[in-house]
Amino acid sequence: MTLFIEQCLNGLQFGLLLFLLAAGLTLVFGIMDLVNLAHGSLYMLGAYFAATFAAWTGSFVFGAVLAIVATLLVGMALEVIAMRRLYGRDHLDHVLGTFGLILFFDEAVRLIWGAGGLSLPVPAWLNRSIEILPGVQYSAYRFAIIIVTLAVAAFLYILVMRTRVGMLIRAGASNREMVGALGVNIKLLYTLVFGLGAALAGLAGMIQAPILTVQIGMGENILILAFVITVIGGIGSIRGAFVAALLVGFIDTLGRAFFPQILVELLGRQAGSTAAPALSSMMIYILMAVILIVKPQGLFSANSR
Amino acid sequence: MTRALTPRNLVTAALLIGLALLPLYVALTGDRFMLTLFTRIVILAMAAVSLNLILGYGGMMSFGHAAYLGLGGYTVAILSFEGVHSGFIQWPAAIAVSALFALAVGALSLRTRGVYFIMITLAFAQMAYYLASGMARYGGDDGLSLEARSTFAGLVNLSNKTTFYYVCLILLFASIVLVWRLTNSRFGMVLQGVRSNETRMGAIGYPTFRYKLTGFVIAGTLCGLSGALIANHTDFVSPSMMFWTRSGDLIVMVVLGGMGTLFGPVFGALALLFLEQFLPALISAAVRPINPAGAAKAGEYWQLVLGPLLLFVVLFARGGIDGMLRSLSRRGADAEKARHD
Repeated sequence: MTLFIEQCLNGLQFGLLLFLLAAGLTLVFGIMDLVNLAHGSLYMLGAYFAATFAAWTGSFVFGAVLAIVATLLVGMALEVIAMRRLYGRDHLDHVLGTFGLILFFDEAVRLIWGAGGLSLPVPAWLNRSIEILPGVQYSAYRFAIIIVTLAVAAFLYILVMRTRVGMLIRAGASNREMVGALGVNIKLLYTLVFGLGAALAGLAGMIQAPILTVQIGMGENILILAFVITVIGGIGSIRGAFVAALLVGFIDTLGRAFFPQILVELLGRQAGSTAAPALSSMMIYILMAVILIVKPQGLFSANSR
Repeated sequence: MTRALTPRNLVTAALLIGLALLPLYVALTGDRFMLTLFTRIVILAMAAVSLNLILGYGGMMSFGHAAYLGLGGYTVAILSFEGVHSGFIQWPAAIAVSALFALAVGALSLRTRGVYFIMITLAFAQMAYYLASGMARYGGDDGLSLEARSTFAGLVNLSNKTTFYYVCLILLFASIVLVWRLTNSRFGMVLQGVRSNETRMGAIGYPTFRYKLTGFVIAGTLCGLSGALIANHTDFVSPSMMFWTRSGDLIVMVVLGGMGTLFGPVFGALALLFLEQFLPALISAAVRPINPAGAAKAGEYWQLVLGPLLLFVVLFARGGIDGMLRSLSRRGADAEKARHD
């Protein structure tokens, strides 16, 4: 039972983390209609920045804040230099152009930081376990992730639903031309939205840095998961991204933890333990295929409302 | 009036003759490496030709095409591992497996459009990737080595590198001819009509879904065959053949060469693999006058140049290599016309 609660919390934590990535992706998708494969590179940059700045300043929190600001700036520069030219083009152009950017960022990181990975140690005040429920110990760092990401999600909700900028963002997602026609500075709005997405990706990378090794290509696997989430949730919908991220986080984590046992029970030891690793990695993609077959526009499509 | 000797036709003819005569060059110079490189180029060109059928002519943006390379390769490797070495069984099996996979993926994913289609084809390719990683009996993540290349009852010996190169080249030419025949047939016309305006084609009365699915399956099947070739070429298969960045490479080849053109994918495969191979040396040479000490090291970072180059192609040279050749040809034709006037 303790294990189950712990795995549920891990699922929640992973889902919330994925939400950070997916939220930026879905905003850029929904508003600029841009498929940005380089989103994973921004995640990677966030992790590298965090590890570097934390080592420079000697403080985890300073490092984290600087990393987010740095990724925000890189994102905005990227939008002005490259992404802006891709708006209004074919999705194929987006895929190809941003695929080129992945190569560029991977190589740039190798040039600056070298091919070996970095590591960012968990700060001492978070490197312990706390008793969250009577008898249930949980890593303080992971618990802090849950708190921070929930706060960011709430901030995003307020930003998008309750502020003027958010109103423009939502308007942009449902009808871009009209927002421009009404005299909104679309260029600036796009740069801001892209920067916001980049900062969220950077935050996600920074959060993951102490858990995983910071290495080149770390964004490539998780990028696909983030895409799966945006597609399941419905492109352009933050709410959809939130629901889908939690769904994917839980299914992936719990699936990896418990699915092998279930399979062994069902199919017997031999067949079960052979099929389990492949099936538990595939579950997310099966989920996505099923959802798209039933609802080809995702769960909460921004445009269909 | 169409002129036969346009730059575009000349370059294409030179490419085909060059490919056919390459073993002669290798025999004269003893440069075995070129033969290996070109075998790879020819095989991947065939995969790109197959992708071009659906991407260029059909407008279906599949982001999971590398899955068929992997499926074809794994079918050959697994059969070889289980003791079946005959290519007469391995290759048809590779074709059948990829055709079935394409049928299933196509039937499900062609119900969606746009980005959703891109992502669902990607998802299916990832499933194939994880399936291969999970097969502990067949090497899992580490991949599987082929004990021997496919045998053809003593008719062709694939272990001979020159013979193998020609087998690949003949299959590449055959697939180009197939795509040429297909795109000029009624079927191909419908497929291209669907690319331009699916609703209208539907309104005229064509069952567009069936046409798209047929195209999708043909492309997957053809790519499965090139997968069987690549397994024989490298004597090794691994899940990384199916990773999504591999599918990205195939798309790059098609677009770099020129989408929806007959020979574009061949140019694209040639260009991408040449860049991969020779860009490092080129960068080193360019850096040497400025900084002799760092020249060798600078070559290692060739992707720093390749990435923006791709972006540049997307932004400014949409027609790819074939498009450039075509505009050269057109300029030549205009000049000639001006002379006559």
